[in-house]
Amino acid sequence: MSEFLAMGGHGFYIWTSFGVTALFMVVEVIVVKRSRRTVLKQLARLARANMRRSQGSQGQ
Amino acid sequence: MGFKNTIAWYHFSSPKNFYPLAGRLIPWFWGAAIVLLTVGLYMSFFVAPTDYKQGESYRIIFVHVPAAWMSMFIYLVMAGYAIIGLAWKLRMAEMMASALAPTGAMFTFLALWTGAFWGKPTWGTYWVWDARLTSELILLFLYIGYMSLQSAIDDPRRASRASALLAIVGVINLPIIYWSVKWWNTLHQGASVSPTMAPKMASIMLTTMLIMSVAFWMYTIAVVLMRARRVILERERQTTWVMEMVSGESRAGSGK
Repeated sequence: MSEFLAMGGHGFYIWTSFGVTALFMVVEVIVVKRSRRTVLKQLARLARANMRRSQGSQGQ
Repeated sequence: MGFKNTIAWYHFSSPKNFYPLAGRLIPWFWGAAIVLLTVGLYMSFFVAPTDYKQGESYRIIFVHVPAAWMSMFIYLVMAGYAIIGLAWKLRMAEMMASALAPTGAMFTFLALWTGAFWGKPTWGTYWVWDARLTSELILLFLYIGYMSLQSAIDDPRRASRASALLAIVGVINLPIIYWSVKWWNTLHQGASVSPTMAPKMASIMLTTMLIMSVAFWMYTIAVVLMRARRVILERERQTTWVMEMVSGESRAGSGK
């Protein structure tokens, strides 16, 4: 196992390359998902506000 | 067939129809990406043999080359959408171009990053100002410039038009990157794979690299479609279909 991780002395370079690539790809997906949720929340708030306005003053 | 295709193009070039289509396609691209990444990573470390000259460090090629290819392909596709958006004023094409940029920038950075960590054990340095590395760095700046220009202009249509021009002018950098290793005497090696020559590497290494490349493609399509859906929501928020969909979802109580 440790021999595998050492990669014949090149472990640092290999794992930094693969690790950062994997990290970026995972983080990108999380960021996209999160920003989508934020936009949906904003839009839902807007939609509720519009609905309240169109229903007159019966909302809270 | 041509007629039917034209209809389909028209149909899905409208954000309203594109949105649900993208939603249905995304899981398939994720599935393909995950399967291919698993196979590709397994082959990268357990199947591909040690290189007789470079030892193990050459394995960085399995992320470096796919990332570098993606950085250029994505730019080309982005510029293509930018041209379509400019010429036909297609909103969906404009939105696709802007959805592609962050992923393209990410792969450009990763190509540079993995290149640096491959260069250190092979050339003895993380960075040199050779033509290949410098033109790839310029590509990163082009992506960053494209995204900053877009976020600097408030009106989305004007922002698309201005950034599309930048993207199109920047295409000139792509052949420079691609042929830099031929035109100049670079420290970077020549092309490992080219359409005109037999590949200069063992076929198992080539296969692994190609699997990783297709995996990165699938990943890119999946994540770009996800981003495109967000861009649609933002830019089409005044349309009835977005409002109806959002209020329908919030009434159903799911904020997802």
